[in-house]
Amino acid sequence: MTAMKLNDEEQDMLAGKLGPLAREALRHQIMVGEFFGAEDFVPVTQAHIMADTESLGEAGVQWLEGLAANSEGRTGVCVPTITDPRGTDFAKAAFLGQTRSMLDLERRAIDAFVKLGVTMTDTCINYQTVQAPIRNEHVAFGDTGVVIYSNSVCGAYSNFEGGPSALSAGLTGRTPRYGFHLPGQRRATVHVRTEFTPETLNDWGALGAVIGRFAGNYWAVPVIEGIEGAPRSDQLKHFGAAMASFGSIALFHMVGVTPEADRLSDVAPAGLPSHRVGRDEVKALQASYHRDGKIDVVVFSAPQLSLYELRDLAALCDKRSFSVPLLAVTSPQVKPDSDRMGYTARIENAGGTVLSGMCFYQSYAREIAEAKGWKRLVTNSAKLVNILGGYGYQPMLGSMEACVDAAVSGRMT
Amino acid sequence: MSAKGKVFQAHHAMGQRVRGTALVASDGFSARYDLDRIKGVFSRPSHQLVGQSYVGKILVVETAKGGVASAWMLHEMQSRGMAPLAFVFNSVNPILAQGAALAHLPMLAGFEEDITKAIPNGAELEIDPERGTITVLS
Repeated sequence: MTAMKLNDEEQDMLAGKLGPLAREALRHQIMVGEFFGAEDFVPVTQAHIMADTESLGEAGVQWLEGLAANSEGRTGVCVPTITDPRGTDFAKAAFLGQTRSMLDLERRAIDAFVKLGVTMTDTCINYQTVQAPIRNEHVAFGDTGVVIYSNSVCGAYSNFEGGPSALSAGLTGRTPRYGFHLPGQRRATVHVRTEFTPETLNDWGALGAVIGRFAGNYWAVPVIEGIEGAPRSDQLKHFGAAMASFGSIALFHMVGVTPEADRLSDVAPAGLPSHRVGRDEVKALQASYHRDGKIDVVVFSAPQLSLYELRDLAALCDKRSFSVPLLAVTSPQVKPDSDRMGYTARIENAGGTVLSGMCFYQSYAREIAEAKGWKRLVTNSAKLVNILGGYGYQPMLGSMEACVDAAVSGRMT
Repeated sequence: MSAKGKVFQAHHAMGQRVRGTALVASDGFSARYDLDRIKGVFSRPSHQLVGQSYVGKILVVETAKGGVASAWMLHEMQSRGMAPLAFVFNSVNPILAQGAALAHLPMLAGFEEDITKAIPNGAELEIDPERGTITVLS
């Protein structure tokens, strides 16, 4: 393994001149960087930490508290560092059947992050709500949906940075230069031709899922040709999040849409393997999750809903009355606007619940299933159906309209 | 044909030398999506290893899937003594490497051959990250 080249500042960090936090963070980054053959570090302008307490557990929270207790040298992050959804919406924790110990752990994690100078945005749609990165901006983002959107749609440079690595990047202001920080790694590896331009978010998610499944690993970069018109941000959000979830993909190009791919030849070498994907594959993926009959809950989440999605959902909820719970999860940035515009009230008047700052699958979904007796779940998020299969749910994928109808009738048909 | 005595060279390696039993599948791995981390078994119904315990095993699988959460989860699993002994991947996602770095779990990835086909399930292995090698002991 070749040792990474360190500049003077990095050598000072490693020698402990900036204190133990920067030293340990840099050590962690060197271990990862050398594993992937990184030659050096690249400065980053923002970091985004995925750190819900279901993932951290007691061990992760104690680790964070240990960092936060340090008072020597640098005591916190040195570039803007924000957070992915938390493990709860404190205002709705009782409704979700979450226990006191879950909430205590969550509070301890938040306290530690705040001491480390982290900005608690609690969102997986920061590119819609906080600050979208710009083309060629090197960032250290967590949450696969955030990374794939930032890389692909914004043209920014990021790897998947797990919580400890994103926090390390915040503490050192840099990240190892490997993977998608290297222009050569961003060339397409697989060509996808489609004659099907989806309309609904579930169809966009399912198309991303189909491509993610066959593209299949982190280093694959699909380039998609044949999409008509200009997709909306929410559509590409579901498309990318599903592709990342089903295939661990961190970057796609869409010819004529995403910034690095004005033309196919901008990103694709000649002779790439090519696949055709059409409406049939997209519908087949959704049909594979379908089951007729009674349902327990409807969930809109993963990614958190934008103001426009909540607006559309509110319109579908007018004059309806739900027979099963309907959850709509958004970010703390969007929730006050949803309240102000009356969307929250319209959804909740029909019997739904609007939650903020969490994401359904990052919030002890398995324990919620047991506490609430929820098993058969309907959603319009392809990402969510992929995840919840492993959490004891029978998830089904439908359009936003079909989901709302199912909440009214209590059945999926 | 027995694989005993064979040595496989990895492109990427980290961690300490260990010996243990291989649990092999030509399937992916995600700590969040595929596991019941409390019980220490694969729980996703469609996973090839569903129902099997990974605790203390050298897990030899195709690739790492999805889930940024794995970066924390390996550390959490390790703290309860419910983690695999080491990871061997054909192709690895940065998240698992970051998680292995935090949890101090050995990890090897990237081989000339399909490592999930080359190593028999249940084989006794020695993993030597310093040299980047896997040796089949028996």
